[in-house]
Amino acid sequence: MIKKIFVALAIFGLFSIFLPIMINFDFHQNLSELSTQYVKGSVEDLNSQNVVTSVIVTYRGLDTLGEVTVLFLATAGIGFLLKKRKGKKRVASELLQTSSSFLSVVIIMFGIFIFSHGHLTPGGGFQGGVMIASAFLLLMLSDVNLELNHTILQFIESLSGAFYVVVGLIGLVLTIGFLNSKIIPLGEYGNLFSAGAIPLIYSFVGLKVGSELTNILDAMGGD
Amino acid sequence: MIFALILGFALLLIGIYGMLSQRNLIKIVISFSIADTGTHIIIVAIGYLRGRTAPILDKAIDIANATHKVVDPIPSALVLTAIVIGLAVTALMLSFIIELYKKKKSLSIDDYQELKW
Amino acid sequence: MISTIIIILGIIMIVAGIIAVHLKNLLAAIIVSGAISLLASIIYLILGSPDVAMTEASIGAGLTTIVFLFALNKARKEDKND
Repeated sequence: MIKKIFVALAIFGLFSIFLPIMINFDFHQNLSELSTQYVKGSVEDLNSQNVVTSVIVTYRGLDTLGEVTVLFLATAGIGFLLKKRKGKKRVASELLQTSSSFLSVVIIMFGIFIFSHGHLTPGGGFQGGVMIASAFLLLMLSDVNLELNHTILQFIESLSGAFYVVVGLIGLVLTIGFLNSKIIPLGEYGNLFSAGAIPLIYSFVGLKVGSELTNILDAMGGD
Repeated sequence: MIFALILGFALLLIGIYGMLSQRNLIKIVISFSIADTGTHIIIVAIGYLRGRTAPILDKAIDIANATHKVVDPIPSALVLTAIVIGLAVTALMLSFIIELYKKKKSLSIDDYQELKW
Repeated sequence: MISTIIIILGIIMIVAGIIAVHLKNLLAAIIVSGAISLLASIIYLILGSPDVAMTEASIGAGLTTIVFLFALNKARKEDKND
């Protein structure tokens, strides 16, 4: 009973903190100065159509590097906690196995499309990586005895992470700035090969996120 | 958009209420993910500007006048990374719960009182 | 128009949130919380951020639900082993 009273008090307190924020919230009519600079710079400076992508990859590139590191640490923690054991074998039907092996290739191709077109259309490395992981999830669900090759997964994951940092360091060597995407010629606005290093960096992020999430699903899904 | 802001705060409160009142560990993680969704809706609602479109500057938008046509891109970028981190944190919490369950065969938080004073 | 959609979706989401917190059946609670994420992705789309909508639909509604179900499955298997 006392616990319930405390819970009610806590919720009421939070509500009374949130209420003035909600009532007095002052919605902007125009973009803030920083956002204006980002939108202008994305067109004039970086040749990137998708402003969100240029904020994530270039203007806030260091944040994204840190975020990918957090994702890696969480994956390492899950892999450490859940050691995979051999479970009982159950074989799925022929139809399910064949169709899922066809479908997973298409899904992986769609994921690659999403992260390589991150500077043109909505989407990018994180969404594309999740789609690649979902293709592997389909394979895992249809074939219980599937053994993922962890050497290849680790190889892809660590190589793409290393190349991400190397692309950033090239910017330092050329004295443009860490993770600046102008190290590659910017190209024509609206083409696939435009926006400098943004598609390259986002592809590395996509491969890294995809392999890490596949590892998480493999560790959680094992018997 | 005031309604989305209210919705976000309501989901946040529901999530915190669930975290405080429920006894099942998996229920607590579910409440955490609801509170997570609420926070993301709040941040996106703050960046919305009435009558504007998504910050993708293709041919459909007059590029010279783009700063008066698009919503704020910064909250979108922040929330995008926060969602991915949310998944990793949720998976880590669930794997801790599985480890705890292996030790004591119970999902109730009342059975884990070693650190309670 | 936009306000109407957000109000309707918002009422559904708040009711679903209360249901998800109070349901005794864990499996149903997980599915309902996945549905909340799916509706949230529609709200992001209306609020002009399709990037976030894509991420939420694939991660929040897809992978998070799967991870919860895997965890529940593991806990149940631990039960059966003894």
